[in-house]
Amino acid sequence: MFESLSQKLEAVFKKLRGEGKISEQNIAESLREVRRVLLDADVNYKVAKQFIEDVQKRAVGTEVLNSITPGQLIVKIIHDEMVKLLGETKAELRFSQNTPTVILIAGLQGSGKTTFSGKLANLLKSKGLNPLLVAADIYRPAAIDQLIALGKQIDIPVYSDRTSLGMGGAVKIAVDAIDHARKNVRDTIIIDTAGRLHVDEEMMAEVAAVKEQTKPHEILFVVDAMTGQDAVNSAKAFHDRLNFDGIVLTKLDGDSRGGAALSIRAVVQKPIKFIGVGEKLDALEPFHPDRIASRILGMGDIVTLVEKAQERFDEETAVRLEEKLRKSQFTLEDFLEQLREIKKMGPLSQVMGMLPGANRLPANAQVDDSALGRVEAIIQSMTNEERQRPSIINGSRRKRIAMGSGTTVQEVNRLLKQFDEMQKMMRKFSKGGKRRAMQGMRFPMN
Amino acid sequence: MGLFEKLKAGLAKTRESLFSKVTHLVTGKSKIDAETIDRLEEILLSSDVGVATTATILDNIKRRVKEEKYETPEHLQTLLRDEIAKVLQVNGKEEPGEIAEHPATKPWVVMVVGVNGVGKTTTIGKLAHNYTKAGYKVIIGAADTFRAAANEQLEIWAKRAGVEIVQQQHGADPASVAFDTLGSALARNADVVIIDTAGRLHTKANLMEELKKIKRVMDKRLPGAPHEVLLVLDAATGQNALQQAKFFNEAVGLTGLAITKLDGTAKGGIVLAVSNELKIPVKYIGVGEQIDDLQPFHRREFVAALFESQ
Repeated sequence: MFESLSQKLEAVFKKLRGEGKISEQNIAESLREVRRVLLDADVNYKVAKQFIEDVQKRAVGTEVLNSITPGQLIVKIIHDEMVKLLGETKAELRFSQNTPTVILIAGLQGSGKTTFSGKLANLLKSKGLNPLLVAADIYRPAAIDQLIALGKQIDIPVYSDRTSLGMGGAVKIAVDAIDHARKNVRDTIIIDTAGRLHVDEEMMAEVAAVKEQTKPHEILFVVDAMTGQDAVNSAKAFHDRLNFDGIVLTKLDGDSRGGAALSIRAVVQKPIKFIGVGEKLDALEPFHPDRIASRILGMGDIVTLVEKAQERFDEETAVRLEEKLRKSQFTLEDFLEQLREIKKMGPLSQVMGMLPGANRLPANAQVDDSALGRVEAIIQSMTNEERQRPSIINGSRRKRIAMGSGTTVQEVNRLLKQFDEMQKMMRKFSKGGKRRAMQGMRFPMN
Repeated sequence: MGLFEKLKAGLAKTRESLFSKVTHLVTGKSKIDAETIDRLEEILLSSDVGVATTATILDNIKRRVKEEKYETPEHLQTLLRDEIAKVLQVNGKEEPGEIAEHPATKPWVVMVVGVNGVGKTTTIGKLAHNYTKAGYKVIIGAADTFRAAANEQLEIWAKRAGVEIVQQQHGADPASVAFDTLGSALARNADVVIIDTAGRLHTKANLMEELKKIKRVMDKRLPGAPHEVLLVLDAATGQNALQQAKFFNEAVGLTGLAITKLDGTAKGGIVLAVSNELKIPVKYIGVGEQIDDLQPFHRREFVAALFESQ
């Protein structure tokens, strides 16, 4: 899935080397590739079409600089256009002069409204505000319980009323909640409404009525990043009804390319204010258009990878490792630990996919997750002493380790040799030859 | 800002279903020309069928048009219907019966998996209802011990369907809930066991490991269980559904798909892509919020219904 756009475009443009300008003829084929990439990323068909026409207009006639290839230039133009269309980073919410500020959360079923409400409340609380969560989803079984449980986790009060049912119920709850907030000195209220299909006339009228009666200062539309072509229809329908102020893109911690972001932005000119990146209640981030653009284009998302690594790499382990590196005491035991940290980041093939340039590997050099497993097995088949001092591993020990791990002596040899090289490298590293040592560093995997 | 205006106008009210558009498209045409193919491509792509599967369908159609002669719009419609139904046919299997799988052993164990927010719990409620209605004794295992109030939600569905539920406290080991549920099912002589699991993104290695463990533990308690592993997919999901199906399949071996929320404007074209590329059969479709809104998937009926203009 990580066939990269630039790689494909390079192939197209190989034939065109020597042509100094991008012309309509030489760009046509490459734009077909771009279209495919966009559609694979779930960018709406019509949005993709319009987008490509715009790029073509901008690109034709552009001089190809000597320092970059035409493929790279086109990718840059596309990337820039996309960033422009996605809008700027903008996570501010509108707050009222007179408390309480009312924030209304709306969206389709399963888009992640309740979880987002909890995250937002948590964020506001950390900024010194006193939010009140309001359970206005009176339809889904146990929706109220879910919000109450979330509120308890982050120690934020939840307003609910299990006696308000039927069509007017949600409106009454929301209106009462404002009163409740005033009496209980809560300065911000977050109304979590029921998920609804945009074609459900009755339910759309309900959320419009909640808006009418509570006059929210901020209305956020929550949408699942994995949504396909239909994203434009639901976003538009909600926008027609609510004229919302911002978009929240959830579940971006998966591997969806998030083309829905572009589609929605194209039909509704409202900023994407937050992105949801996990189930934990602090997994809420401001939106970075350049990162999403890279993701939609399949160009790798190095920033996310680094962040993921930081998140996964337990700090204590890191400090301990650093200490060992300094003292040149890096053992196979530590190596195993490091391996496990990497594995926590997800399947290796995906971690690799986030690296720019990973797509330049030949297709048959695909990373094999089971290789990690074999290395793990080999190390686990060693005694403690062997792990500390690999130099004692002689021929018969190697045979035993290979038997024990279900691998071959050759594989054990390879691992030991690579580990030895790595240790040497680290010694150089700790002696200050940093740059060169890093360049030569390789994980003993393949 | 011209772009926005144009798009807004262009995207307004695209409520017709995929095939009412097709019908419209071929009405009055006696042969398939390049323009027809282009329009057809647009229709398929805007229904989430995906680039690869769309290409397969179009290639087949072009080939058949060349080989056979289609002279009337009716012929053309039959051809389209044929090719689309073909994509939905997995391993030559015809559609299942009233409830997708009649219990072949006792207890028949169904494990339900999927990413967050696709409608797993709702689907389980409806599935339990279907089995109960067919005269089977059902037990549900609440192995989503992670999400806040997941138990409560499932409990309400269990009550609606009139079935028993086995649960532990929030945060308990889901594998142990599954293990207990099978134990209860055996003790109480139940016909069908449905195990709910927490929603998880398919990219989370740890959570996928947890899912494998739940499955392993079930097999220990009752060799052969689970007999059915259903992946629930949201009809509005785009191409990522392929990734979901692929990863879940690798982890726990899927036996079928349930597509939910087909009552919106999402056309569920991803069903074609998943069937075509991964050869996993669709077994159920969810078309509403009521307890009897889960229907067994009938390929021919599905395609026929799509062809009906509204």
